[in-house]
Amino acid sequence: MLDAKGMDGRSLIRRRAGLRLWLSAGWLTLLCLAALFAPWIAPKDPLAQDLFLGRMPPFWMAGSEPGYWLGTDSLGRDVLSRIIHGARVALTVALVAGVITCLIGATLGLLAGFLRGWVDMVISRLIDIWMAFPPVLFSILLIAVLGPGLISIIIAIVVIDWTRFARVVRAEAMAQGAMDYVASARVAGRGRIGIMLREILPNVLPTICVLLTLEMGIAVIVEAILSFVNLSISTDDPTWGGMISEGRTAIHQAWWVLVFPLITLFLTVLSFSQLGEGLKDRFDPVLR
Amino acid sequence: MYEYLDQDEDRQVHADGPPSAEATGRAVIRLLATRLLTTLVTLAGVAVIVFFVIRVVPGNPIAMMLPPGATDEDIARLSALYGLDKPMVTQFGIWVAGVLQGDFGTSITTRQPVLDLVLGRLPATLELAIMALVLAVILGGTAALIGTRFRGGRREGAIDVANGMALSVPDFLWGLVLILLFGVLWPIFHISGRVTPSLDLPFTTDFYLFESLLRLRFDLWADIVAHMFMPALALAIPLAAIIGQLLKQSLKETMNLDYVTLARTKGYGETRVILREALRNAALPTLTLVGVQFTFLIGGTVIIERLFSYEGLGNMAIDAVINRDLPLIQGIVLLFALIFTGVNLIVDLLYAVLNPRLRHA
Repeated sequence: MLDAKGMDGRSLIRRRAGLRLWLSAGWLTLLCLAALFAPWIAPKDPLAQDLFLGRMPPFWMAGSEPGYWLGTDSLGRDVLSRIIHGARVALTVALVAGVITCLIGATLGLLAGFLRGWVDMVISRLIDIWMAFPPVLFSILLIAVLGPGLISIIIAIVVIDWTRFARVVRAEAMAQGAMDYVASARVAGRGRIGIMLREILPNVLPTICVLLTLEMGIAVIVEAILSFVNLSISTDDPTWGGMISEGRTAIHQAWWVLVFPLITLFLTVLSFSQLGEGLKDRFDPVLR
Repeated sequence: MYEYLDQDEDRQVHADGPPSAEATGRAVIRLLATRLLTTLVTLAGVAVIVFFVIRVVPGNPIAMMLPPGATDEDIARLSALYGLDKPMVTQFGIWVAGVLQGDFGTSITTRQPVLDLVLGRLPATLELAIMALVLAVILGGTAALIGTRFRGGRREGAIDVANGMALSVPDFLWGLVLILLFGVLWPIFHISGRVTPSLDLPFTTDFYLFESLLRLRFDLWADIVAHMFMPALALAIPLAAIIGQLLKQSLKETMNLDYVTLARTKGYGETRVILREALRNAALPTLTLVGVQFTFLIGGTVIIERLFSYEGLGNMAIDAVINRDLPLIQGIVLLFALIFTGVNLIVDLLYAVLNPRLRHA
């Protein structure tokens, strides 16, 4: 009786996790397609201003303008087209910043956790120092130094977030390094670098994948936050954060300028995170 | 009536009997010494990094504060006044020497001492962070208790889903969602500021929330809470999810221990067993986590204060970056670093004092 219930529960969890995984992957795929084909999909030019069409409501409301499905902002730019084009910036940042952060952070974490000694000392101290910075303030500071632009944002994210990978991978590598199979590899005469890459890395890889997925979601948010404080790309290029920033100031006159980019951002961040959690469950030997 | 039985079982949970006070004292002092040392190294690192990073910032802060017609001579004179004409290493030496004596320099934009400015804003941020922490503990604790009480049922499933959502989305987005819900759709809270500007404030300190309570000015208190509630809630939601998840997990583990079963055989109801017996043992891992997460929450105040135009340290920090106010940026970052490392230090020490297993290590 109890056993049967337990089995049911587990398969239920697996089914739910599966659904979550598919929904998130579906949304992100949709977004990738939208970003890739933005110039062909977007109904209007995202930069085209038309002051006669300022703050038009979305299609179901009275006074809406045909062709502008999700309404227009104060300068008469099409909200839907700007969201679609904004996906390009968001996903570029997510992908590029995520992967570079992952490579640097995971490498440092692996070195610190496996080699220990002075390497670990130096890297751990660096992590401590980094953790003492308020991350949002740090990123704003870096953008002020680097100047606005896509590359600056990516650099800022890498500089700030490598500790996320380094901390977790270091702990994982330490745990793996203490296991018997590593000792036997050592007895078999394998070199330290060989053991690190051939034995430790494959076992830490699932964790790294999960972290990478989560990091992509974080990168999207950081880009939005920087756009929000007006430090991101330029004020013209459509970014979700920039749209949100504009929508926040006009919230009582044109709520749709805030709501639609917000929903998009919300779903994207949720999807990355759920994908990461779903992958974690997949890799979890208890549930497998 | 069976109090002694409970206590016996408590000790079983902790595995090894009560350590001597002397051993505890020695371990704590050793830990304190090493942690203090690493904290100092961390703070020094932060000071070096922030000082040199912001000096790479393009844009001359002095040129920005002078009127357009200023000559190069004016700029040079003012640069000399703020010590910005000296070599960077010398500037750093002067700054560090000043900081060690409690002098953080003068803000370039407001021409007031940095320390006064920062201390004037710190109470607002502290009140916000503490209110957020309290909200997070209440929300997360309630979720964990309900989830444990009805474990295996639909209600636990609902709580897990809500937790997952709350955890996946950061405070910035929750803030925006809250603004839409309770600022626009159903406007019951204020969406910007710390207090309604037209109100007459009788306060002598900057701790508005506490002082209004002490002065029994409940009208002011209500106004301040109506301003603080949404930013605090936005900060609290992710932390509440973490507390809820971890506390529920350790509560469920604790519920399977022998001493809890014993309490059940004594005929106590499930709710009482959870509240009176399990909670005490399950709370420790959550407590240390709350400490660490609290620093993340304080870091989150920067953007949340901006979002809600709340006049705290974070909002001032962003303005300082935009205005290139170098001394002010240095002061604020150092203060944040001091708070972060301080909280971490306190958490480590509390953990050492509270956790009997660590005392023997």
